[in-house]
Amino acid sequence: MYLWLLSAGLTLVFGVLGVLNFAQGSLFMLGAYATFTLYGKLGLNFWLSIILSLICVGVIGAVLERFFLRRIYDIDLPYQLILTFGFILVFDDLVKMVWGGVAMIPPMPRFFEGNIPVFGRPFPIYNLFISFAGLAVALVLWLILEKTWWGRMIRASASDREMASAIGINIPMLFTTVFVFAAMLTALGGALGTPVRVVAPGIGTAMIIQAFVITVIGGLGNLKGAFVGALIVGILTSYGILLFPIFELFIIFVVMAVVLMVKPEGLFGK
Amino acid sequence: MTKLKLLLLAALIVFLICLPSFTGKYLLYMTIQILILSVFALGFNLLLGYTGLLSFGQAGFFAVGAYACAKILLVIPSLLIGTVAGAAMGGIAALILGYLCVRHSRIYFSMLTLSFGMMIYSLAWKWREVTGGDDGLVGIPRAPFGIPGVFSIDMSSMGRYYYFVLIISLIAIFILYRIINSPFGLTLKGIRDSENRVAFAGISIRNYRLLSFTIAGLYAGLAGSLLPPLENTVTPPLAHWTHSAEPVMVTLLGGIHTFSGPIVGSVIFYLLKDIIVRVTQYWLIWFGAIVVFLVLVFRGGIVVFFSDRIMPLLKRP
Repeated sequence: MYLWLLSAGLTLVFGVLGVLNFAQGSLFMLGAYATFTLYGKLGLNFWLSIILSLICVGVIGAVLERFFLRRIYDIDLPYQLILTFGFILVFDDLVKMVWGGVAMIPPMPRFFEGNIPVFGRPFPIYNLFISFAGLAVALVLWLILEKTWWGRMIRASASDREMASAIGINIPMLFTTVFVFAAMLTALGGALGTPVRVVAPGIGTAMIIQAFVITVIGGLGNLKGAFVGALIVGILTSYGILLFPIFELFIIFVVMAVVLMVKPEGLFGK
Repeated sequence: MTKLKLLLLAALIVFLICLPSFTGKYLLYMTIQILILSVFALGFNLLLGYTGLLSFGQAGFFAVGAYACAKILLVIPSLLIGTVAGAAMGGIAALILGYLCVRHSRIYFSMLTLSFGMMIYSLAWKWREVTGGDDGLVGIPRAPFGIPGVFSIDMSSMGRYYYFVLIISLIAIFILYRIINSPFGLTLKGIRDSENRVAFAGISIRNYRLLSFTIAGLYAGLAGSLLPPLENTVTPPLAHWTHSAEPVMVTLLGGIHTFSGPIVGSVIFYLLKDIIVRVTQYWLIWFGAIVVFLVLVFRGGIVVFFSDRIMPLLKRP
């Protein structure tokens, strides 16, 4: 489900802004680190620290979009990829500088400890909570995009930037807000993941590659596809580890390659 | 090529040949790394700069070359066989995977190469019996050059090995230069600039792309096979996608669409690294910032910057 949140951010940015953002994984990492610091180190309330870290990452996202990404919408793909890759390098080392290179395990909030029986089997409360949170985000995203005025503007500019601009949508402003929104979604994934995952400098690059697999399987720029893709990858990873531990990672990329070869627009592409 | 350029080139080669006589081991080690990265990036630039395809899986072929060479050196101590096998394996892997990749272009091509590169990475990482898993292969000898039983030249000193890498790289660079200036190279450029026109001229775009991809894989494999005798180990991160980004960066740094771009980029990459590492251990921050700056400010790369801006200034009296 953290993967879903990260992929949702990646998909939004690609679908609307047209940029494949390598640095989305770094935003995920920053969200995780921010929550870790606020909650694990400073001992703030769990919810408060999540909200604060979302705001921090949102601000960073705004700066990234306003000063860097905005200048590269019209240039060639390799440059876009390399620019965002440059951000990865910067953020990875920045994190090492501030927090050190050691992996850290933050404490679990007390009210999430323990298990509840689901279908007769014990199930960790936190996993259950994450699953519902993911579903809730999916629902909220769908409502925003389909039912609100803002969502309509986003969809309009995603399908035809010039036309949208001609009917009076402030495209630069909209793009900034979309990027910030996507950055916060991604950071939420990182933040929610902190109690059960380790927080380490490399998680950005590790996560983004899985998110790429997900978005490709679901179709680049397609949110519904990203959701299903996240489920597929999640199931594949967990069963893959059980059944053939050697080729678990391999299989994920096989799936990605097969989808690309057979139906490059993804399972849900038009 | 003008006379001046030829002269400069000759001076550079003489300089490289004389290098071991007045520098220490460290600088030789660095120069070997630069040469390896140059060969790697030159092959990559045949794809990006001349064919217009951005591959994010080149590290996979690099690793195939490195692992193949390492495996062979562990059994047969012959540098020549190891290198040839490494390059050939890289090329073969690229031929097979390329057949599947070249039907797409633009972003789907990049994603597909990324997934194949990561497949190779996951194999290198998890397939313990063959690749040694995350420990990698260790204890690879810097074997003598030659064919067992026929002749052999000792390569164990850094200076000797430097000459070996230098000669191989120069030959590789020269061949690639000829390829790019051949009708084949021109066709590739044509495909990059206008796919449809070339197709209308009756040329199979797919075959040309595949050939270009194979050559790039061959060069990646060659570059990879030069590494294990230097480092004495190979490890899975060689195949990781972050390693694939290296040739992309140095090519863009030096200048895409120019032949010497990747070489200049490689030199600058290692020089920058060396300088920054002296000051701070967090050199990637600065390198990342430089990359961002380059993309935003001068996108043509350093070679173009020099030939378009600086050279006219020099020529003006």
